[in-house]
Amino acid sequence: MNWIGALVQGILLGGHYALIACGLAFMYSVMRIINLAHGTLVVVASFAFWVLAANWGINPFLAAIGVVPAMALLGWGFQRGVLDPSSRFGLLVPILATFGFAILVNNLLFLQFGASPHSLAPYIGTLSYSSWTIGPDLYVGKLAVLIFVVAVALFGGLSLFLAKTQLGRAIRATSEDPATVGLVGISARKINAIAAAIALGTVGIAGMFLVMRDGVTPYSGMAVLLFAFEAAEIGGADSLWRTLLGGMILGVAQSFGALLSPQGFLIAGHSVFLLIVIGRVVLSKPSLGQIKARLAQWV
Amino acid sequence: MSLLEVEVLNVRHGLLQAVCDVSFKIDRSEIVAFVGANGAGKTTLFRALAGAHMPASGRVVLDGADVTSVPDHQRVKRGIALVPEGRHLFKDLTVYENLALANAAGRKGAWSIDSVFDVFPNLVPHLRQKAGTLSGGEQQAAAIGRALITNPDVLLLDEVSLGLSPAAVENVYASIGRLVGAATTILLVEQDLDRALSVATRVICMLEGRVVLEDAVGKLSREQIIEAYFGTRQTRSEGVTTQ
Repeated sequence: MNWIGALVQGILLGGHYALIACGLAFMYSVMRIINLAHGTLVVVASFAFWVLAANWGINPFLAAIGVVPAMALLGWGFQRGVLDPSSRFGLLVPILATFGFAILVNNLLFLQFGASPHSLAPYIGTLSYSSWTIGPDLYVGKLAVLIFVVAVALFGGLSLFLAKTQLGRAIRATSEDPATVGLVGISARKINAIAAAIALGTVGIAGMFLVMRDGVTPYSGMAVLLFAFEAAEIGGADSLWRTLLGGMILGVAQSFGALLSPQGFLIAGHSVFLLIVIGRVVLSKPSLGQIKARLAQWV
Repeated sequence: MSLLEVEVLNVRHGLLQAVCDVSFKIDRSEIVAFVGANGAGKTTLFRALAGAHMPASGRVVLDGADVTSVPDHQRVKRGIALVPEGRHLFKDLTVYENLALANAAGRKGAWSIDSVFDVFPNLVPHLRQKAGTLSGGEQQAAAIGRALITNPDVLLLDEVSLGLSPAAVENVYASIGRLVGAATTILLVEQDLDRALSVATRVICMLEGRVVLEDAVGKLSREQIIEAYFGTRQTRSEGVTTQ
């Protein structure tokens, strides 16, 4: 594989990372909640697709019509049952609550499905391995391209939705000043529940492609969370488009790392993440007082 | 029947009682100025009227219906709109988006985005600009416009001149003057006593959470109001500035 090939594969891989980061970034940018159960919820969606395919032979693309709304509904309940009650006690409690929720669900999944990996690859025909030749020595997987296209479409659609619709405006206004939206007739609680539903809808899509591409085990959630978090954080986590870009930077870094050494894949990804995060802190030159104020906010 | 009735309202911030046993009635088309020193409970009272702060006891009755426990986003739909102290525009949204949001209240009436631009022509050039980039006066105009678009029966204006240049205050009050004919009932908090007296038909003076003086503007002398304002009987009229 050459550098151009690695670049192309890295960008496509970035689409996958952006897709799994979408719900995490959306929830953070709207509700300022870091959802540590994000990866676990992606895996829950993955198992839903697997169960439908393995037991009843339902094609995952068809199943998405049911699973994505079901995940959205779960998002509504998750907001009302976990995020809303815990966010009344400061910034730290919802993080702990989502972490606890993740552990609980991981183990319930383990109880049900055991430790072995589950994959949708056998149920999607040739899609999991077939590819297009786009140049000498350069092949792109059809599934990887599909994931990339879906990611771009999803980020584009969400950005357009936030920018142009009344509901999108209400979501942005609530994210900026939840105490004031009530004065113009908007219920912040309802908007947050809708935003959580949208976030988990994207989690449903991410879960589908994850179980097609990589397969999952009940404990895959933490790895998913790690890559989603890195993509969102490299992008800056504040805007959706930057999360897409963050996913691509992570994907390309891993892809180049793999070119240098077989073990370089993960190390390169994590290194770029650390460099960008530390670089951002150094460049913004926070004073000691600012850091203290920031910490005080959390504790 | 009065449009708005407040009966023995008590509002607390934790242990601090900000509003004590406040009662008053407001008739349709009245313009009532609430005056009083900082900490007299005016802002808390207005927030309680708008449903943004739930009272500990007492009743708020709008047009015969008890709205005491109705939360703010539903109270706007019943016809009470608050322009909060400090404006609280959505700074990352454009001026147009800020105004369009208020359509969420879903109340029909004379006010729309277009008619707000008629009253505040200074907003038109900034339509597509983020609200946070506007000057203080323009932001205040946008905040009032946002409240008007909900087509309120009762408009609550909390300290609309706070932090504005004298010229901007002039502008805002000129446009409030234009609202007066529009059959809207206005309650306003204003630190500047002269300004409050020039626009209002009635004055309610608050001191330490209680209503201490209340009458039509013509029936009260400036000295009476200042006395109630500071809660002192040793008023020297020359020495006191109310700016």
